[in-house]
Amino acid sequence: MKNLELPKNFDEFVEARKNSFLHVKDYVQNGGRLVGYLCSYTPLEVIDAAGAAAVGLCGTSNEPIADAEKVLPKNLCPLVKSTFGFAYTDKCPYTYFSDLIVGETTCDAKKKMFELLNEIKETYVLQLPQGQNRPYSKDMWYEEIKLFKAKLEELFDVEITDEKLRQAAHVRNELRKAQLELYELQGMVPPAMKATEVMTTLAQGVFNFGPEQQMASFKAKVATAKEAYEKGERPVSPDAKRILLTGCPSTGVIQKVGMTIEKKGGVIVCLDDCGGERTSKMLVDENAEDILRAISDRYLEIQCSVMTPNDGRIENTKAMIEKYKADGVIEVVLQACHTFNVESEKVRRMCEEEGIPYMKLETDYSPTDSGQIETRIEAFIEML
Amino acid sequence: MSEFKVGIDIGSTAAKAAVLKDGELVKTILMDTGYNSRETAERIYQQLQQEVLQGQETRFVATGYGRISVPYADKTVTEISCHGKGAAWLFGKDGTVIDIGGQDTKGIRIKKGRVMNFIMNDKCSAGTGKFLEIMTNRLGLLSRELSEEARKGQPVEISSMCTVFAESEVISLIGKGTPREDIACGVIHSVVKKVTTLLSSVESDCYFLTGGLCEDAYLREQLEKTLGCPVETTPLARYAGAIGAALQG
Repeated sequence: MKNLELPKNFDEFVEARKNSFLHVKDYVQNGGRLVGYLCSYTPLEVIDAAGAAAVGLCGTSNEPIADAEKVLPKNLCPLVKSTFGFAYTDKCPYTYFSDLIVGETTCDAKKKMFELLNEIKETYVLQLPQGQNRPYSKDMWYEEIKLFKAKLEELFDVEITDEKLRQAAHVRNELRKAQLELYELQGMVPPAMKATEVMTTLAQGVFNFGPEQQMASFKAKVATAKEAYEKGERPVSPDAKRILLTGCPSTGVIQKVGMTIEKKGGVIVCLDDCGGERTSKMLVDENAEDILRAISDRYLEIQCSVMTPNDGRIENTKAMIEKYKADGVIEVVLQACHTFNVESEKVRRMCEEEGIPYMKLETDYSPTDSGQIETRIEAFIEML
Repeated sequence: MSEFKVGIDIGSTAAKAAVLKDGELVKTILMDTGYNSRETAERIYQQLQQEVLQGQETRFVATGYGRISVPYADKTVTEISCHGKGAAWLFGKDGTVIDIGGQDTKGIRIKKGRVMNFIMNDKCSAGTGKFLEIMTNRLGLLSRELSEEARKGQPVEISSMCTVFAESEVISLIGKGTPREDIACGVIHSVVKKVTTLLSSVESDCYFLTGGLCEDAYLREQLEKTLGCPVETTPLARYAGAIGAALQG
């Protein structure tokens, strides 16, 4: 049994944070293995098959950013600063108790931040290709996943068998399908759930110790919402303008952008970020002969602006606009996210061709621009 | 149908009101927003009641950043929609509205009286009225004097877009003994540059200058020169937001 100490500043934490520290400590103390990850490119099946729980560690709060800026430059993505800040201040129980953090070479800010994060907690960095279109791209990523598998086998002294990988792929596919059902609630007219509720459900989902728990919570949400809808409950007004939210991961701006859209007469009908439908609909071929290869191939298909070219994302967004009958597109670019910021021009052009209003919001996690963001969102909805 | 429709535009610097009766503009009010927007809104209400409304049935629509501080408003609409609608009413044609406000600068593309697209500066104050206000104070001028000075000068390069950095730049120019008119000219050119960059996504072949700077002839001329298109305005354009609000009453 591992002996685990609580952080030095534990007594200063609020009750909820203390409780989650005790909850995670309990899990780890009873032999639970914990691997933190930060990106949808992380092959979770490999972590599952190693008998570890994969938890998402993307920082989504402004709270630790001031501390992170003691080490990192100010002019950096808030997600990167927040993630590092939680580790630096010992304020996130999942980061604190994890056996390993898995990073990846997506953006420059992240990959260099991981070198500093590694000084606090062992961080293993997966090396992604720059694009998916070279003849060797898939082979390269496959080799990378093999190394990752070996790393986990060594760390936990386990053997990751094909059987375990296949089982993990099956469970993850089922989870993806459950996630799709949750997204599709928003396709109804009017939607069956407030988008902020969808966002919060997803955000909490990453803190479960395993995909089964997460799946149960999604399925319960969907069932409740469908039942209420059938009984005639309409949580969203039929007049609400239907918004597709695209761009950077949006969990950190649920309040600033998500809530504001809702308050000002809109509803997010499609969350078109890397955790959304375009990623969840990609399934692993569970019956493939080489299951590890099937897993690595599936993950490399994911469309993120760090890839060049990344036209698949734009094509997908176009299809989502149609599927979810969106009235307008709002793109969230987190401060200093160069890849999404540059790529936004392509999204804008596509929207112009489709004749659908488009607005880009460049923001961070701080409340400084809430007033302006609110006015812009309100004016955008008035315009639709 | 109410007899009067009133638009109240509480901006970060100035508060404006416009009264429409049977589609005609019958009264405008202008005052400093001051510290307390609620009190300012109240003062506008008293003055309107006394001078025009006299207790008759009226629809009030509030806009501007202080729109939530108008307790008697029947509804609130953003200044973007209001400047768009107000400009369409004032100029009667399609084009792009340039509103250089106290804390925001906006470009609003209008077509057949409707807002088609808009752009607004980010949280920083570059290219806004705040930028001009700070530079005017630093140069020891009154706001109406800045343009008069600028017209006499040759523009010096003020390379920094950030208001705080640009102020330091202006201080060093003053220290070097650069003529005041050249700095004033540089300040206006810097705003024009920033504003025209902002406008690139709402391009048009005709522009309307609304808001507090509508009577700044030199600024308007420079915008026209840089954009290469006519920039129209009228002294009433200061009230475009309030008029647009009243139209939605």
